[in-house]
Amino acid sequence: MSDNEYTPTSKAGKWFNDRLPLLTLANHLTDYPTPKNLNYWWTFGGILTFCLITQIVTGLTLAMHYIAHADMAFESVEHIMRDVNYGWLIRYIHANGASMFFLAVYIHIFRSLFYGSYKAPREIIWIIGIIIYLLMMAAAFMGYVLPWGQMSFWGATVITNLFSAIPLVGEGIVTWLWGGYSVDNPTLTRFFTLHYLIPFLILGLVVLHIWALHVPGNNNPVGIDVKKPSKDTVPFHPYIVIKDTFALLMFMIVFAFFVFYTPNILGHADNYIEADPLVTPAHIVPEWYLLPFYAILRSVPDKLLGVIAMLSAILILAALPWLDTSKIRSAVFRPLYKQFYWILVADVLILGYVGAMPAEGLYLLVARVATAYYFLHFLVILPVLGLKEKTLPIPLSITEPILGGTANLATARNKESSIK
Amino acid sequence: MSEKKTKRRDFLFTATYAVGAVGVGATVWPMIDQMNPDASVKALASTEVDVSSLTPGKTITVLWRGKPVFIRRRTEDEIADARSVKLDDLKDPEKDEDRAKNPEWLVMLGVCTHLGCVPLNDKGDYNGWFCPCHGSHYDTSGRIRKGPAPTNMEVPKYEFVNANTIKIG
Repeated sequence: MSDNEYTPTSKAGKWFNDRLPLLTLANHLTDYPTPKNLNYWWTFGGILTFCLITQIVTGLTLAMHYIAHADMAFESVEHIMRDVNYGWLIRYIHANGASMFFLAVYIHIFRSLFYGSYKAPREIIWIIGIIIYLLMMAAAFMGYVLPWGQMSFWGATVITNLFSAIPLVGEGIVTWLWGGYSVDNPTLTRFFTLHYLIPFLILGLVVLHIWALHVPGNNNPVGIDVKKPSKDTVPFHPYIVIKDTFALLMFMIVFAFFVFYTPNILGHADNYIEADPLVTPAHIVPEWYLLPFYAILRSVPDKLLGVIAMLSAILILAALPWLDTSKIRSAVFRPLYKQFYWILVADVLILGYVGAMPAEGLYLLVARVATAYYFLHFLVILPVLGLKEKTLPIPLSITEPILGGTANLATARNKESSIK
Repeated sequence: MSEKKTKRRDFLFTATYAVGAVGVGATVWPMIDQMNPDASVKALASTEVDVSSLTPGKTITVLWRGKPVFIRRRTEDEIADARSVKLDDLKDPEKDEDRAKNPEWLVMLGVCTHLGCVPLNDKGDYNGWFCPCHGSHYDTSGRIRKGPAPTNMEVPKYEFVNANTIKIG
């Protein structure tokens, strides 16, 4: 990194920085050259950091009032809602915050899919991101168990039972996960512990995610390499900071709408009934952000294969940098990929919809077709498309498509070279 | 490094790794095993149930080891149904005679073998049980007939202590 030569102006700053170069790091983050054509789809990294911090802060405060015991958990959540000062607000922020976190992460992931951000040299950023996503799902699932309502209990039962599909050792693993012969108090206490731990693991991975990002720098909507720093880049502060802040404010309006106006719309009413090991709710549905994978699980009529299909659907993303054989990053210059991209978006939305519906009749058929297409996209379409597709010519620089499109191209070119 | 001959130092390295691995294993195992069912959970291993109030065609659900157990007093029709099925038609072939020693009484874990939900009584295509979670159908012997569940509902160890009392576990 070129900003290694940074020296603080004040004497005290220099003294400190010689011993711990935190100011060098701060300077790197401030000056970090960023492509100047980043659009609002690039603001979700900052939004996600906000979501993580929000979950950690509200989670810490909730943990001061919550009691992780099968006999008391449900009541302690009601106690938070009714008695604790602003308990309702903190809990609603935390519960809806999980949904907002996933909303943002899905936009972030699909941004990467559209602009090819997972391609060389950014594979490690992408894979760390997938690990974060997996940890998010684990944290969200265990967090949903903590209120010890009907959906908590039966969701926990169904998800932990997925492991029983493993031949030979499956049953043993499930008993080990439960700490008993069913989901019960030992399960609740360990889920609470892990739910508390995982956000901090995610925080560590976020640092690695950003570190890995700062090596090659950001991808951009045009998807070409930019020299940095150059006329194609702007410093992170104030340009990106202000743009991220504006986007974050817009996001917080949506967040606040859910928290204050429809705090329970994304949850399930059955979770306000205390857990009962003798009665399964008529219709078990996971939270909305897990529905596409749930649909894949149910679309396979065999237990083990269903579990394998569901896990593969997530893990296949980690192999994406090698499955997509195209050298062109941005879908802007890949006319065919662009269409398949939107079909994939539709496919995932359809999977999410049928995942919420009963697994029978037409829904099941649609789920099966959509599942098949999901894998077809990654395993067949992407590898073949990269080799066959006729891509559009990519510009030489970020500036070219903007200035190149004007009537007075020559003037633009001249101006450009005079800036150099 | 180019020398291929095993040296005294290689032996020491290997021995150190081996002892180290055993040490790490011995330290990690208690951390893993603490998650297995503890003594108090295992102590709740058996439950006695009074079944005198059950008339034919009725089912009661009791809790054993935190899991529901169905105790059904079957009707003549149900027994005949369950016993007339050809083993070839079953996904997990098991004779009804082996599942219900006393044909009138069916005792089994009320846990769907797919993903652990509690199936509903008197529902489904085979007049036995139906699991609402992912649509598994069980017959009047609790055997899987249709849907994603891989095996029949499990019959736990149980015995009649006297004519009216069943001891599960």
